[in-house]
Amino acid sequence: MPVMTYREALKQGLREEMQRDERVFIMGEDVGKNWGGAFKVTKGLAEEFGDERVRDTPISENTIAGAAVGAAITGMRPVAEIMFGDLITLAMDQICNQAAKMRYMFGGQTSVPLVIRTVFGGGKNIASHHSQSLEAWFMHTPGLKIAVPAFAYDVKGLIKTAIRDPNPVMFFEHKLVYDKKEEVPDEEYLIPFGEARVRREGDDVTVWGTFLMVHKALEVAQELAKEGISVEVIDPRTLVPFDKKTLIDSVKKTGRLVLVTEETKTGATTAEVAAMVQEEAFDWLDAPIMRVNAPDTPVPFSPPLEQFFIPDHKRIAEAIRSIV
Amino acid sequence: MAVDKKKLVDLYTRTLKVRLFESKVWDLFGQNLIPGTLHLYLGQEAVAAGVTAALKDTDWIQSTHRGHGHVIAKGADMKRAMAELLGKATGSCKGKGGSMHITQFDAGVLGATGVVASGLPIAVGAALSCKMRKTKDVVACFFGDGASNNGTYGESMNMSAIWKLPVIWVVENNFYAMGTPIAWTCPSETIAQRAEGYCIPSKVVDGNNAVEVYEATVEAVKRARAGEGPTLIECRTYRMKGHSRFDPAKYRPKEEAEYWLSRDPVEIIKKIAIEQGALTEKEAEKIKKKLEKEVEAAAKFAIESEYPRPEEALEDVFAEVA
Repeated sequence: MPVMTYREALKQGLREEMQRDERVFIMGEDVGKNWGGAFKVTKGLAEEFGDERVRDTPISENTIAGAAVGAAITGMRPVAEIMFGDLITLAMDQICNQAAKMRYMFGGQTSVPLVIRTVFGGGKNIASHHSQSLEAWFMHTPGLKIAVPAFAYDVKGLIKTAIRDPNPVMFFEHKLVYDKKEEVPDEEYLIPFGEARVRREGDDVTVWGTFLMVHKALEVAQELAKEGISVEVIDPRTLVPFDKKTLIDSVKKTGRLVLVTEETKTGATTAEVAAMVQEEAFDWLDAPIMRVNAPDTPVPFSPPLEQFFIPDHKRIAEAIRSIV
Repeated sequence: MAVDKKKLVDLYTRTLKVRLFESKVWDLFGQNLIPGTLHLYLGQEAVAAGVTAALKDTDWIQSTHRGHGHVIAKGADMKRAMAELLGKATGSCKGKGGSMHITQFDAGVLGATGVVASGLPIAVGAALSCKMRKTKDVVACFFGDGASNNGTYGESMNMSAIWKLPVIWVVENNFYAMGTPIAWTCPSETIAQRAEGYCIPSKVVDGNNAVEVYEATVEAVKRARAGEGPTLIECRTYRMKGHSRFDPAKYRPKEEAEYWLSRDPVEIIKKIAIEQGALTEKEAEKIKKKLEKEVEAAAKFAIESEYPRPEEALEDVFAEVA
């Protein structure tokens, strides 16, 4: 099986769907020939599919998202790219008031099969407007599905599922996982939404996290194994729909839960997951649910400040040790 | 351009139909049968009539918060439209949308939106879709003078122009954004001037005259179908009522209101149609009687329909995955 980066796997998924279905097209700022996407995800696709189907847009985020909505409800399958997750603030009306609500407020007369790709996360020293993790905002908006792939294998299978879904899908990526490599089949496969993946099995404590934090949790788990602590690591892969069963089953087995994301702590996805687990598995918990998040500040620029901001191996390990 | 007699009758019928529908809505609202608020289309009927008369059934319109007139003129089923306003299960949106989201997709309505100026980007996308699918259909996007102050206006004008999209931008300039006169918020004499910077041809027409609106739209549709790109039509018109349900619109100068209210869109198109020999008084009356009957039937249907079951609030969030 070929080993490829997350970036390559994502592009392969996009390419397969564009080959399969001529309604699928990509649009966004600098996605075309001259640049190939700010993170080079779409590099080469314009050459392969033409400028019409890999469409460079003006810097008009709200209209990029809105045009995706208009195209989706009239028979196309748009994949719109917002260059940085932070800039999605400019497209919130079209995403949250239009795409998310159209099917509902029109009583099921239409559906909105679109994908909005964007990228979250810090670690590149590009400060407060290019580093945030805002997935919780969308989890709080009924009508949107949310994919949060952290691995190359998952990103390919999930983008294909996202494009085929008849609903609006927020497809969130992370800057520091684009270069992560993994074995990825060349042939077609789909990963259903709402199925978490247990990335490592363990008995003493469950760690649930997203994006780069799953990678860090796995590394921490390996270290803690030397101390005799057995850590189970769960990657949800999609936040909406949410795979409760895999998480609850794990918590019932380990009795302990640590939630790790790069979001600022207050109102993060981890808060929602913690509330949900205590509602459904309170009697199985042997210790308080611990959250490891970024502090409630904007993302700082200078390397020591940013490193302090982003949860690291040490903080994850400390949270685990504190309840085991 | 000479408008043929059949089209004059069509314009009269569409204008009157919207008038009668909206008058009935006002009536039912007075009887407390319509929950929430209303933004009535009374006074602006000729805009919806003139634009939709120039479109094919398969063409699309994008509506606004003041959308009843657009939807009815485009050919929506009046029973389902009225039932929606009353919040009934038989409404086109099953009672989930109401006045501000009154929509009938099968009549070519992309949606009515409660967020001012949010329809423009959607029209861009629908027009892009028409172009990419090579359907030759066009999209007419209604929005108000107030919406032209929003960022989506500039973004959408620009995108439609660079991609030569088949869109007709229809500005309904009724001179007020709620209570704020357009003169306070727009430095140019017309909204149409704002299209110049985007290289979009524009025209200012009397929005109370359905023939003027129709003629301008025919030209715009022709350009759009030929792949020559968007056109902006500024239709100058006036609300017969206030902005929403309890607004008596006292902020409007008396002379201004008197001038506009003396220019009734229904009377204007009726007079033209009769003068051109397309219609007699008697025929006009006959059309009116027929439409009144349809509107009555729609009201009866809406009133007699059941409310949705409360638990239906949980349905229609997501489409089923095949």
